[in-house]
Amino acid sequence: MDNIAGRRSGLTWAVQLSVLALVALWVFPTLGLFISSFRTADQISATGWWKAPFPTEQNMVLRAAGPEAQRQEGDRYVIEGDLFTDGKTGEVSAWGISSKAYDAYKPGEVAELRKGGTITLDATGHYRLERDAPFEGRRGQRIFVTATTPPEFTLDNYRKVLFSGSGSDNMARAFLSTLTVTIPATVIPILIAAFAAYALAWMEFPGRALLIAVIVGLLVVPLQLALIPLLKLHNQIGIGKGYLGVWLAHTGFGLPLAIYLLRNYMVGLPRDIIENARVDGATDFQIFTRIVLPLSFPALASFAIFQFLWTWNDLLVAKVFLIDATGDTTVMTNQIVELLGTRGGNWEILATAAFVSISVPLAVFFVMQKYLVRGLLAGSVK
Amino acid sequence: MSPALQALVTISIGVGGCVIYFILSNMILDKLLFPARGPNIARNIRRAGMIRPWLFLAPALTLLGLYLAYPVIETLRLSLTERVRGGGSDWVGLDNYRQMVVEPKFREALRNNFLWLLVVPAAATGFGLIAAQLTDRIRWGNIAKALIFMPMAISFVGAAVIWKLVYDARPIDQEQIGVLNAIVVALGGAPHTWLTIPFWNNFFLMVVLIWIQTGFAMVILSAALRGIPEETIEAAIVDGANPWQIFFRIKVPQIAGTIVVVWTTITLVVLKVFDIVYAMTNGQWQTQVLANYMFDKLFRANDWGVGSAAAMVIMVLVLPILVWNVVQARREMK
Repeated sequence: MDNIAGRRSGLTWAVQLSVLALVALWVFPTLGLFISSFRTADQISATGWWKAPFPTEQNMVLRAAGPEAQRQEGDRYVIEGDLFTDGKTGEVSAWGISSKAYDAYKPGEVAELRKGGTITLDATGHYRLERDAPFEGRRGQRIFVTATTPPEFTLDNYRKVLFSGSGSDNMARAFLSTLTVTIPATVIPILIAAFAAYALAWMEFPGRALLIAVIVGLLVVPLQLALIPLLKLHNQIGIGKGYLGVWLAHTGFGLPLAIYLLRNYMVGLPRDIIENARVDGATDFQIFTRIVLPLSFPALASFAIFQFLWTWNDLLVAKVFLIDATGDTTVMTNQIVELLGTRGGNWEILATAAFVSISVPLAVFFVMQKYLVRGLLAGSVK
Repeated sequence: MSPALQALVTISIGVGGCVIYFILSNMILDKLLFPARGPNIARNIRRAGMIRPWLFLAPALTLLGLYLAYPVIETLRLSLTERVRGGGSDWVGLDNYRQMVVEPKFREALRNNFLWLLVVPAAATGFGLIAAQLTDRIRWGNIAKALIFMPMAISFVGAAVIWKLVYDARPIDQEQIGVLNAIVVALGGAPHTWLTIPFWNNFFLMVVLIWIQTGFAMVILSAALRGIPEETIEAAIVDGANPWQIFFRIKVPQIAGTIVVVWTTITLVVLKVFDIVYAMTNGQWQTQVLANYMFDKLFRANDWGVGSAAAMVIMVLVLPILVWNVVQARREMK
């Protein structure tokens, strides 16, 4: 109550801070994954995501250019170059040439190479190797560097996951597959449920109350019960595993909620409009298509969002009714679970794959939140 | 045919088929069977009116019967039978159940499910109530609500990945990249692989579902809180009640019905929880739950009998809520 006098301002501050803490707690986990999806594998394993916006000090193993880059200066052979390439920058705080003493030297100091010659490295990563005789061997000198690198974000992960990745890293096909499952599984139940809801809301017939009770009961029947009998049924009638089966299953499982939501909404429509139309000689079919259906748009939208979120995010139904041994029709949720198993440590792939899958429902959520809230309220509160 | 094209065709066939069915069946009823003309016009209209509701209901009832009602009975039957080699099945009575209850994994699943039932609905409803009460009082409350509500849109699998990153553990000599271990290490503790610590790991899994469901509870409870008549609160203020008393003595009792609804709705989600456990631990380290146990029996052990029995256990746990809902709905209709 805003009008309570007295300690109000102190209390308001306490409220503000607690809400802030609560929101932070709820947003942080997602934010972590989001930020991780823009970092390279090295960055992710070097520092926590919360350090991503700040320069980080990392230990790196880099290589100087190989002997082929050497040139002669007087009687000395020289290899010169920069450790940080490709537009990267960094500030070296310590370096070394052996893994046992990776911070033995400060920038600017000179180290003796084991095979003769010297090496020096400055703070910007510029190195210079000198030797009396030509450098030999095939690869360049290893340099262990402790350097502070500026924050860096990359879209490479998304490029890899969406386009160039191979095998299970590539989500493009699973994305399409998820979309293929979702759209019909959202559209078809709405239509079927709308007719049924109209009958239950505005038509008089014996057994109506009983039917509504049955639908309320079916609303909570666990999905788990349906798995074996339906898989058996699908196999018997020859659908087997595939899109048709998963569409039918999602339609069946979504119907109770759809009918329930739509009926509750339609019952609340003004009786006058419908009675008047009846008196004017409109048939039930006309009343339904011309009056009730357009007026029920908010409820239709609410259910559409529910069903979309549910089918997009579903794992169980897809696993049971869709994904066969070939894995050609795998959906994103399933692919992510497989990635968790096979690439559990590759957070850059995991985070990006998860975010590709999450982004669509999140967009729908933020755009259509109003309808989602309405649907929730209609579905559970009386 | 490409799946996308197949989907388009399905939508057109599905939607078109439904529309054609509804138009045609109504036309046949009105024009052929019981035309509203001729000598029997009154009788015909009455009869058409009796049949029409069932035309509207037929597709829905068929699907509901086939995809929800029939499976309940069939699962019950399957749970009492055992598949035999070469097709067919034998009646084994309660053998599947007997076999199941002595299995340690099943007991573990049952225990964990009860833990989930105790903790998750209470925590999610509690946090939801706090969030609803607090966000209603500040100017940026709607933004705060949207952000707390957001996890509702995230799949259980996505949430599993998100929280696995939070729980990530590195060896003690490396920098921690999981928030939880980073905090523990910063406070001077040693990092743990949280998901492998038996018993307590259940709670780390529950956090994920609480995180998802709190937004739902908040949205519903916030609407209920707004529906409380102002006068009751003003009267309490006049009588000198402090904010705590107003909240717990005036507001909460008035939304008790809604709290029960939220609680039971989350309870239903908990009973069916599968994805989170499947993706994060797959029931290892003593985190098994019924739904995952059932999936395991079904597709890994290929034991339909015990799998069905496990499904029936979930059904029995859901049954009280089902009955309560139906009674409630019937009362409202009267």
